Amino acid sequence: MNASMNPPVNRIQATFDRLKSQGRRALIPFITAGDPSLAATVPLLHALVEAGADVLELGVPFSDPMADGPTIQRASERALKQGMTLRGVLAMVAEFRKIDATTPVVLMGYGNPIEAMGWDAFAQRCSEVGVDGVLTVDFPPEESSDAFLHLQRHDIAPIFLLAPTTNAERIRQVAKLARGYVYYVSLKGVTGAGNLDIAGIAAKLPQLREYISLPIGVGFGIRDAETARLVAEVADAVVIGSRIVEEIEASAADSMLDNVKHFVAGVRAALDKEMS
Amino acid sequence: MTYSYPDKGGHFGPYGGIYMAETLIPAVEELCQQYLRFRDDPEFKAEFAHELKHYVGRPSPIYHAKRLSDSLGGAQIYLKREDLNHTGAHKINNAIGQALLARRMGKKRVIAETGAGMHGVATATVAARFGMECVVYMGAEDIQRQAPNVFRMKLLGATVVPVESGSRTLKDACNEAIRDWVTNVETTFYIFGTAAGPHPYPMMVRDFQCVIGDEAKVQMPELIGRQPDAVIACVGGGSNAIGLFHPYIELEGVQIIGVEAGGYGLATGKHAAPLSADAKVGVLHGNKVYLMQDADGQIVETHSISAGLDYPGVGPEHCLLKDLGRAQYVAIADDEALAAFDALCRYEGIIPALESSHALAYAMKIAPALAKDKVLLVNLSGRGDKDMNTVARIKGITL
Repeated sequence: MNASMNPPVNRIQATFDRLKSQGRRALIPFITAGDPSLAATVPLLHALVEAGADVLELGVPFSDPMADGPTIQRASERALKQGMTLRGVLAMVAEFRKIDATTPVVLMGYGNPIEAMGWDAFAQRCSEVGVDGVLTVDFPPEESSDAFLHLQRHDIAPIFLLAPTTNAERIRQVAKLARGYVYYVSLKGVTGAGNLDIAGIAAKLPQLREYISLPIGVGFGIRDAETARLVAEVADAVVIGSRIVEEIEASAADSMLDNVKHFVAGVRAALDKEMS
Repeated sequence: MTYSYPDKGGHFGPYGGIYMAETLIPAVEELCQQYLRFRDDPEFKAEFAHELKHYVGRPSPIYHAKRLSDSLGGAQIYLKREDLNHTGAHKINNAIGQALLARRMGKKRVIAETGAGMHGVATATVAARFGMECVVYMGAEDIQRQAPNVFRMKLLGATVVPVESGSRTLKDACNEAIRDWVTNVETTFYIFGTAAGPHPYPMMVRDFQCVIGDEAKVQMPELIGRQPDAVIACVGGGSNAIGLFHPYIELEGVQIIGVEAGGYGLATGKHAAPLSADAKVGVLHGNKVYLMQDADGQIVETHSISAGLDYPGVGPEHCLLKDLGRAQYVAIADDEALAAFDALCRYEGIIPALESSHALAYAMKIAPALAKDKVLLVNLSGRGDKDMNTVARIKGITL
């Protein structure tokens, strides 16, 4: 964890501490900023919190989202068509923070838009608007030392992915750099794919915990409340992305918030039932 | 000059590297270990050399395009005839090398991305040759532009998957192939077509393509008693170019010129020439390179008449050679490439690929001002049969 003498109160850590004391698991929904419209995103974020989200992952759209499946790629294309930019996403977080000062927000996306803005300027702006963590899918620890220095200086948590294929040496490396939580990709494939291997996850997590003291979230391929409940039996947090983006995609404008809230609340109830 | 790149992490100076999602890092690391293990293995090298000689038909000749040179009244243009390779382009050199490696790694399924279709055809060919399952991803736009190659791949037993996302061209085909690889990483070998992408691909593809320059270095003295004054090749990702250039880097008297796709002209922004246009450095498809992007870091749609050059990035070693000043990068517009295409057909009876026509066009542009004893070696990286539909359409002819 942060070795500072007087660790800053980080929203992510505070959230996981609170959940732990309550014996509950974190629910982390993902949406793409600017999808389906620029105006929809901030109300969606508030709706997710109302429905029981603990941490929000906000996708920064990229023209070439190689690690994502068709659902999130379409969301990115819709958002970019609306004129969504990285600076625009940061402005949305500022807007969200006017009402919600406590729910952690993690930006998730690809490195190039940040490279284009400059990591220093980006990290500073994150800190100003109230972003808590950053996950860049295509920037592994080996290529990221400068980037993460900037994030650390502004107390923004670098969030890392671990995969079923990740070996012990890399797990150790990630353990050293990671802050906030670690995101375990529960299957080999892109976001939104099927065939979640619950037994495989259950077998892998103790191995990760040998090295990682941070909370571990599991995502990629969690599509319903029942699967979320099963995952929550072994993980500290459940991440759901494509399934929510599908709900957004399929909804008419006037029913979108209700549909998303209904789905997320269902998952929340399943997670809390497991713990009761 | 001392020149030894990449470093252990695949960096060519500030370029290259491994910018991949965690799910693929172990696969890329394994590939690197296996490649380094077999690269200097005498048995592997012998098998590669045997395939290049007996299956590809190497060495490819160098031909003095005398009538074309005379028509220009200046420097002599020589052509390295990669168009005469089996499957009609340099792509087969690399596809064979990677297929041999795939076999040693026990992978029975190969995938590839393709733009013009030449790498797809080369991959489908080696998959048939070695009895492997083959899936080729190709942008829907390119499938239209390169229909004969699509049919070729199918004849060879490959599955061609049209990619409808993004700009529906080469970069989107890359995205889709990467997704396939993430999903099927244990069974599948990704035969990447150009000297770009995550380490070790830029190094490995270069090594397999260096046969072009290695041969030329022997052939030119045999032909003219010395090395050429300049070596010239087209650059999309830049595999044919780095294959010719790399062996010449140490020969400082030889000028190295990479020719990018200028599309409608650099000033229009509708091109595929990140080096010539001094594009901002960025990260795409696993490596850090000069990259065509907007102010927000989104990759922009490129344009070239040639599908094989229609790509927003470029291999990391070319980025370094540009910065070092060892190579010079220029752009040739669509219409200039077409004029060179016509000229080679008429003067020499050789129909070049539109990609290679860019390199030829630049040689034709500078030749008239040079003395008649100057020698320009152009890599004729592929033949133009695949471009019949494109050229006919531009000329207003229905086939």
